[in-house]
Amino acid sequence: MSNPQELRYSKEHEWLSAATDGVSTVGITEHAANALGDVVYVQLPEVGDTVTAGETCGELESTKSVSDLYSPVTGEVVAANQDVVDDPALVNSAPFEGGWLFKVRTAEEPADLLSAAEYTEFSGS
Amino acid sequence: MTNAPRLTALDSVHRSLGATMTDFAGWDMPLRYASERDEHNAVRTKAGLFDLSHMGEITVTGPAAADLLDHALVGNIGKVAAGRARYTMICREDGGILDDLIVYRLGEAESPEFMVVANASNAQTVLDALTARAEGFDAEVRDDRDAYALLAVQGPEAAAIVQSLTDADLAGLKYYAGLPATVAGVPALLARTGYTGEDGFELFLAPEHAETVWSALTEAGSGRGLVPCGLSCRDTLRLEAGMPLYGHELSTDLTPFDAGLGRVVKFEKTSNGGAFVGRAALEKAAERAESAPPRKLVGLIAEGRRVPRAGYQVVADGKVIGEVTSGAPSPTLGKPIAMAYVDAAHAEPGTAGVGVDIRGSHEPYEVVALPFYKREK
Repeated sequence: MSNPQELRYSKEHEWLSAATDGVSTVGITEHAANALGDVVYVQLPEVGDTVTAGETCGELESTKSVSDLYSPVTGEVVAANQDVVDDPALVNSAPFEGGWLFKVRTAEEPADLLSAAEYTEFSGS
Repeated sequence: MTNAPRLTALDSVHRSLGATMTDFAGWDMPLRYASERDEHNAVRTKAGLFDLSHMGEITVTGPAAADLLDHALVGNIGKVAAGRARYTMICREDGGILDDLIVYRLGEAESPEFMVVANASNAQTVLDALTARAEGFDAEVRDDRDAYALLAVQGPEAAAIVQSLTDADLAGLKYYAGLPATVAGVPALLARTGYTGEDGFELFLAPEHAETVWSALTEAGSGRGLVPCGLSCRDTLRLEAGMPLYGHELSTDLTPFDAGLGRVVKFEKTSNGGAFVGRAALEKAAERAESAPPRKLVGLIAEGRRVPRAGYQVVADGKVIGEVTSGAPSPTLGKPIAMAYVDAAHAEPGTAGVGVDIRGSHEPYEVVALPFYKREK
């Protein structure tokens, strides 16, 4: 598997896209999706919510476990992906694409995120 | 002593298939190969192949082997015919469940031989208890955990797949029966048992033959939709089928009657003058279950999508009325399901107002009778 070069990554295994007009997209990595197994339920922050970098903002349930979703960035949620709410398997099948989770109007440039190479070394995959 | 997990004879096969492995009762076992939901559905509709070599085999032989098992276990083992198997339990003197077991009678009356199959996590406990309880009986208890690998083929296509590799008469092999057979050219004990709610077979064989038989089954099943399956889908399969798992629905704090499985206790057995370990306590437990059951094991089906997990509280009117013992998203029902012990007042199917406390929020659940899934025969 490869982690897209253009994304940045948190140690909680979320990815963050570069901002377009101040808005970034958030998802979980393929490494995280594989570790979870089949995702069966996704709870996302709602549009208008404020999320804070490093704090929980939702949850992902798989067959075997439930995991908190951490925001890699601080800002206001401007979109949540209804497709993954309706079909959580998208998180497994396309974690970097159709399985994105929410979009944030970023309040500040996030610190401490990893590059693709750094995340690959951190996660071991 | 080392804490390194034990590897089954099929370890390199699992790794070459890219399995996600997990530590289970001290064994490094396949959790899943790809999608556990796909593996689950394959067993319900086609077939799945499992490595269950972590299960603990104990052989009991000798003239008094049947009497020993009648004394040590709650079932009427002396009545089991050669070539048949029984689901049973081993209890403490106070009636608490030490393990649930399958006992196969292998030898005929003139040379009694039984194989007791224990859960991996309890195999040593069962071995120790049987050994201690064998005192005074002309019988030998042998640790055969290393003597067997165990493969299971489960699902509607299982019979056709296994039949293509053996001359044994599978049509004549009933559920809970087992016979010595040659499968893929290798000697095996071939049993029609399983833990999935589907038709299927379990093959006990020498570990050195495990890869040969795994490969042959994989090849024979390739045109019939057989996929390798891990322990994750085994758990959701048995949960849908309403089958208990030791450490979840069964424990030393519960008697078979508390678990709704009082039928496995055979007070009517006559060997050893009717005496068996736990009898007095179990008679009281049977009465209690009849007159004033503390809690009952029920099924719960979610109205929403959040998944109940073992240990979550079952609630009604803001009060705790029970506890979830197993929970998972059910691939067959398409909803989260759980088994739970709940107060008798709330245990009737259809009881209104029951919920599960899922991390602080009370999610509505429907109380149902077990099992959630029963295959059409």
